[in-house]
Amino acid sequence: MAMLEVTNIGISFGGLKAVDDFSVSIEKGQLYGLIGPNGAGKTTVFNLLTGVYKPDTGTILLDGSNITGKRTIEINQEGIARTFQNIRLFKDLSVLDNVKAGLHNHYKYSTMEGILRLPRYHKVEKAMNERAMELLKVFDLDQEADYKASNLPYGKQRKLEIARALATEPKLLLLDEPAAGMNPNETAELMETIRFVRDKFEMTILLIEHDMKLVSGICEKLTVLNFGQVLTQGDTSTVLNDKRVITAYLGE
Amino acid sequence: MKKNKVLVQNSITYAIVIACWILMQLLSATGHVSSLMKGLMVPLCIYVILAVSLNLTVGILGELSLGHAGFMCVGAFAGAFFTKCMEGVIPSVGLRFFFALLIGAAVAGLFGILIGIPVLRLKGDYLAIVTLAFGEIIKNLINVMYVGLDSNGFHFSIKDTTSLGMEDAGVVIIKGAQGITGTPKAATFTIGIILVLITLFIVLNLINSRAGRAIMSIRDNRIAAESIGINITKYKLMAFSISAALAGVAGVLYAHNLSSLAATPKNFGYNMSIMILVFVVLGGLGNIRGSIIAAVILTALPEMLRGLNNYRMLIYAIVLIVMMIFNSSPKAIEMRSVFMERFKKHKTTAKEAA
Amino acid sequence: MSFLSYLINGISLGSIYAIIALGYTMVYGIARMLNFAHGDIIMVGGFAIFTIVSTLNLPPLLGILVAVVVCTLLGVTIERVAYKPLRGASSLAVLITAIGVSYLLQNVALLIFGSNARQFTSVITVPNLKLAGGKLSISGVTIVTILSCILIMVGLLLFINKTKTGQAMLAVSEDTGAATLMGIDVNRTIATTFAIGSALAAIAGALLCSTYPSLTPYTGSMPGIKAFVAAVFGGIGSIPGALIGGVLLGVIENLSKAYISSQLSDAIVFSVLIIVLLVRPTGILGKKITEKV
Repeated sequence: MAMLEVTNIGISFGGLKAVDDFSVSIEKGQLYGLIGPNGAGKTTVFNLLTGVYKPDTGTILLDGSNITGKRTIEINQEGIARTFQNIRLFKDLSVLDNVKAGLHNHYKYSTMEGILRLPRYHKVEKAMNERAMELLKVFDLDQEADYKASNLPYGKQRKLEIARALATEPKLLLLDEPAAGMNPNETAELMETIRFVRDKFEMTILLIEHDMKLVSGICEKLTVLNFGQVLTQGDTSTVLNDKRVITAYLGE
Repeated sequence: MKKNKVLVQNSITYAIVIACWILMQLLSATGHVSSLMKGLMVPLCIYVILAVSLNLTVGILGELSLGHAGFMCVGAFAGAFFTKCMEGVIPSVGLRFFFALLIGAAVAGLFGILIGIPVLRLKGDYLAIVTLAFGEIIKNLINVMYVGLDSNGFHFSIKDTTSLGMEDAGVVIIKGAQGITGTPKAATFTIGIILVLITLFIVLNLINSRAGRAIMSIRDNRIAAESIGINITKYKLMAFSISAALAGVAGVLYAHNLSSLAATPKNFGYNMSIMILVFVVLGGLGNIRGSIIAAVILTALPEMLRGLNNYRMLIYAIVLIVMMIFNSSPKAIEMRSVFMERFKKHKTTAKEAA
Repeated sequence: MSFLSYLINGISLGSIYAIIALGYTMVYGIARMLNFAHGDIIMVGGFAIFTIVSTLNLPPLLGILVAVVVCTLLGVTIERVAYKPLRGASSLAVLITAIGVSYLLQNVALLIFGSNARQFTSVITVPNLKLAGGKLSISGVTIVTILSCILIMVGLLLFINKTKTGQAMLAVSEDTGAATLMGIDVNRTIATTFAIGSALAAIAGALLCSTYPSLTPYTGSMPGIKAFVAAVFGGIGSIPGALIGGVLLGVIENLSKAYISSQLSDAIVFSVLIIVLLVRPTGILGKKITEKV
């Protein structure tokens, strides 16, 4: 059984088919790449997977359970977490609180217990702090735990977004252009981090990326999207050498 | 380390409030408090509670509300209504006041939920205008409401007292635009301060807890908050209704500080909501201590300027405009940071020289 | 017949709201700010006319002219002194500043004219119109109000669609950054918008005070809020929206005063606003805003 099994999903906006007949199957622990020219519908696929849009057609199975048409928060609770192309951090919260917000559904106490500072508040907050610091350490952010998120340098903001997504304990992690705006050194470091996350958390990862070096470096399988449709999919090296893919990117 | 910082900051806030109370006690014991000042003490507590609670909606949740006075109005009438009805049942004024506070908070909180459910879907300026509209509707409805009580129970009307159709022995409790008269003056400065402290306790502890984090994450980025599984509607409603309930408490305090309670544009109209918003914005969005200080200064300022009579509101208006420009204009902010930098440099060079 | 006369009076009141709402809508569309002081400009216009006509005994037409000039200058000055420094600041900061300006105008008027209501002599001397054999009487003020509203609306649409300045205003409201890149002087365009809005407020002041001839420093406040509601109602930023919103609001207000309860008319007006916004969150003609993920 694949971790993510998407069959023939599609959506149109005002007659325009943004994504059409899209299918993909991702095994547990796989590092999977979704590539394609600008405007091909990659982010729309992410939005369909995370319930931002409801697909007009098709089904989405996560670890065997049907999540088609569910709301974003339900889908997150089922086990999909994501990052965004244009970073979306909680900019006025501290780095630590960003991750703790991600832990929201896994470390619970009631609002009343929080206001009255009952023992459970102290116990759970302590556990939350420990867990959040652990995650920050993975991304080498523990020194900046008290910083305001918006004060972090760009590369670290991207990392924090991944840490926050992981805090929700997902089965599948979606990364939307994680290397966007990074220099080659930062990108190289990010590749290491992604690989490390996959290995350490046994995470299944689907990522959108334009940086071919990153894609060919870490993705095991690829799907190429063009004009909302799957152009081809398969092993990374096979796909990248496909003539149609080169044409789609560079034109005739 | 961070937790301690929060703890220290919150303790300072509580300490300021308690210090104010002690100072006032000392001053009044030595006879240094004018009657004008005395009359101002409970209203100050009311404004502080209103400002702190509105900051929860505007600063912490990040939604602009122009209807806070409406919730205060609901709380005031619910509380005063209870006090009047229970005159015979609970003879102790203090006890009645205590229950009135709970009931005022509960009813205002309930209104917060009822209004919040449809309204919180709207954003920004649209939410602002709708909350303003709700505040006006509440005030308007209370002004046409007649409620009486006799041995048959409650009687309602939106016309006049005679259409209540009551027995001769019945009492009219809410009398349309005249409102409720004859509420005992149970509010004191000490009770006011205790309520301020309770408000602070609730708001500060809420902010620094799981729910508070969820609320602030919605403020900072709704889409991201949703993507990590935070229930947007639940936490928006929570912040909005707690804020409304606390405004209700302020309302009950207000109602028990006067012998007659009527809903006028002056006390419960949009102008009041705007005044509280001014406290919140000048005190700093999300800055609870700032709200307290702004509420106290801006309430005391026009009173202090009473000697200037007609000019005081004019001065207030000018101060408001100048402060906003100084605080928020991009140019002023830039100039200030340049100045601060120079100041710092100056300091370090001075140190090096020494 | 009485229904018809209530309806016509409602349209007349609505026309005044619409003229005020135009000022709100244009300023919002271009500067993205709620100009809370807009209602008080109406009051200033009213007092300008009062001074010219009742105190100095000069002709009403001159009064209106002076009011328009005074309000235009006032609007531009307010924009220059109070709002321009805040360009780029949070919308809340601008809102509070506008509230400060509103207090300022009210209190200056209070100092000069006192808090007692002044009797305003109507500046409109058009005779009443009798229809249906005298059963239906429409006052001259009503006729002039409705006609002015139509004229202003047509004139404004022509101005925006046919002149260069109007096109610049459209461009700035669409995308300020792009407009700057195209060589449009954004500051001048915003100043022009304030000038037009304030001039309209002066006219609205003349019409409002001729319909309800009592003038205090707070006269503009409630009509200002109502017009703001009308602008939101119709879809803030949209000029036809301001007309539709204003007229609907006036009609609803007048009919509910006549048939339901005069005390509850405000509550009814505001309830209708809420219902409209819940069904169409950006008003009747407002553009739908979608947030891109």
